[in-house]
Amino acid sequence: MRITKPTAGKPPAPDFYRLRLYVAGQTPKSIAALANLKKICATHLEGRYRIEVVDLLENPKLAAGDQILAIPTLVRKLPTPIKKIIGDLSDEERVLVGLDLLPVAAAAAGGGRHG
Amino acid sequence: MNRPKARLVTRPGSIRKVPTGIQGLDEITGGGLPAGRPTLVCGGPGCGKTLLAMEFLVRGATEFGEPGVFIAFEESARDLADNVRSLGFDLDRLVSEKRIAIDYVRIERSEIEETGEYDLDGLFVRIEHAIDTVGAKRVVLDTVEALFGGLPNENILRAELRRLFRWLKDRGMTAVITAERGDGTLSRHGLEEFVADCVVVLDHRISEQVSTRRLRVVKYRGSLHGNNEYPFLIGARGLSVLPVTSMGLDHKASGRRVSSGLPRLDAMLGGKGYYRGSSILVTGSPGTGKTSIAAAFAEAACRRGERCLMFVYEESASQIARNMRSIGIDLERWVDKGLLAIRATRPTLHGLEGHLVAIHDEVQRFEPSAVVIDPITNLTLVRNEWELKPLLMRLIDFLKTRQVTALFTSLTSGGDSLEESQVGVSSLMDAWLLLRNIESNGERNRTFYVLKARGLAHSNQVSEFVLSDKGIDLVEPYLGADQVLTGTARVVQEAHDRAAAARRAQDHEAAVLQLTGRRKAIAAQLAALEAELDVEDRKLAAMVREAAAQRKAAAGDRRAVADLRHGKRPSNGRKEGKGR
Repeated sequence: MRITKPTAGKPPAPDFYRLRLYVAGQTPKSIAALANLKKICATHLEGRYRIEVVDLLENPKLAAGDQILAIPTLVRKLPTPIKKIIGDLSDEERVLVGLDLLPVAAAAAGGGRHG
Repeated sequence: MNRPKARLVTRPGSIRKVPTGIQGLDEITGGGLPAGRPTLVCGGPGCGKTLLAMEFLVRGATEFGEPGVFIAFEESARDLADNVRSLGFDLDRLVSEKRIAIDYVRIERSEIEETGEYDLDGLFVRIEHAIDTVGAKRVVLDTVEALFGGLPNENILRAELRRLFRWLKDRGMTAVITAERGDGTLSRHGLEEFVADCVVVLDHRISEQVSTRRLRVVKYRGSLHGNNEYPFLIGARGLSVLPVTSMGLDHKASGRRVSSGLPRLDAMLGGKGYYRGSSILVTGSPGTGKTSIAAAFAEAACRRGERCLMFVYEESASQIARNMRSIGIDLERWVDKGLLAIRATRPTLHGLEGHLVAIHDEVQRFEPSAVVIDPITNLTLVRNEWELKPLLMRLIDFLKTRQVTALFTSLTSGGDSLEESQVGVSSLMDAWLLLRNIESNGERNRTFYVLKARGLAHSNQVSEFVLSDKGIDLVEPYLGADQVLTGTARVVQEAHDRAAAARRAQDHEAAVLQLTGRRKAIAAQLAALEAELDVEDRKLAAMVREAAAQRKAAAGDRRAVADLRHGKRPSNGRKEGKGR
């Protein structure tokens, strides 16, 4: 398990995002997913996120804990509840929906799912 | 099992098989599932897919030294362990001994968002990890189709499943993949197109409130297999498939004979009773004594020191023992000795197939040489005859192969067509004894005859069947010139006959007496006449003598006169006449 981008803030704030990306080896999809994730976080979660990348080829036991089937899978560990996004995260809008970030990001676009 | 499985067994060069250890399934498939390949097991909910898959794993781990992996998509490991404990499988122990690994794969559609491309490497990793943990040779995916509900992109899923099955094959895993049955397809999501090697379909039907599970091997690439639907039971020791097909008619016919328990019946069957390993049908309307004949047969087997298994569907074991005691048959004694086992169940407990599987099971465990099933008709309460026949055929084949002599009783409804109603079943039977009630003169009597007995010079005599506290007796009925009488009519007629005979004897004596008398009278008369004749004879003789004497006397007188006249002696009579 390697932590790619430790954030500055030590105590997790309520709007702090702890994200875990499950991959299985350096496949093109995994590489793309990580790149897409970094970009989205940098844009929408500046300073309040942390990304862990778990390579299941190295730690296969960890797959069961988060019920991972699909690769790549992004798991939002915090804030709760846990959310999962599968795929290479190429559709930014859907990633934001999945992370419950859309209402903030797309307020101008006519509202989101939650108030 | 000493079925003729040689016929199905794989020849060298054809595919290798892995035994499932499931009773009966290995017979149907000729040795088990294709080794190193996936097998699809499909069926509706609650028809036993998971249990079949689990037993395949547990037997593999415990009996064949092949550890296994269970990937559960529907139940947690905890639930699974609880569910199969009833079959006597201790999953927790097997898991802790690293002989079985269980991974519960759960996906919640609601918490998954999909963006862009993905694959199921996560699942692969998990399966591989589980395989490596226990060194598995067997893998179960139950039910992989749950993924279709959890993952949005079906195209990706199908491609990944195809890859998964190929991957399992490459790793040499003998896999069982379960799937829900679809409308008109074997599986709801068409998994059969990926898993083409072997497909087993399970079915769970309810007919007239009785449920029956059935199994069919739809496809087995590169191997012969039984094509029929085979009933199966989920019992206390796992699944039990009734594999006996009617394919084989090659059981050896024994020339040995076993007593029916009734000396007179033995005599009617050519002197020595039934053939060993034959099947005997005893039919009759209610109260004709079918169970008694069955009990006599069972007792005879026990007396020979053989084991006998009775399946009764109308009475409890103690009730049947009590009732038989009343006709002098002590079944309890043999139960205590362990030679006799009475299995009493309600016919409605299972469907017919279920009962047959249970019989199968019990016979394999108890290993009797004689079996009584009393009555088969109750098993068929809800069945059509055409359904009954093939199943019964399987049972009979099974028993014959094991050289078990089987006696089936069958209840016929009253009426004239007793024979007709049994035709379907009777053709399977080697001997058929018919019991009938004959009602006449205000009483009912039991009659008995051997309708058929293959290979035996049997009597065609109708006997009267008498049950008393002294036991069962077969009595020769009254055979008159134009009638057969039984019961009191027989007794009355016999008395009548005796009286008539006595009377005839008396008459005869009288006639003889009379004739002798007359003869004597005539003889007496004859004697009297003879006496009279004698008298007459004597009279006649006397008269003749008298006449002669008179003539002599007269001649003497004349000479004396002449002498007096001439003084000289007359010379003869002529001279005298001339002188006149």
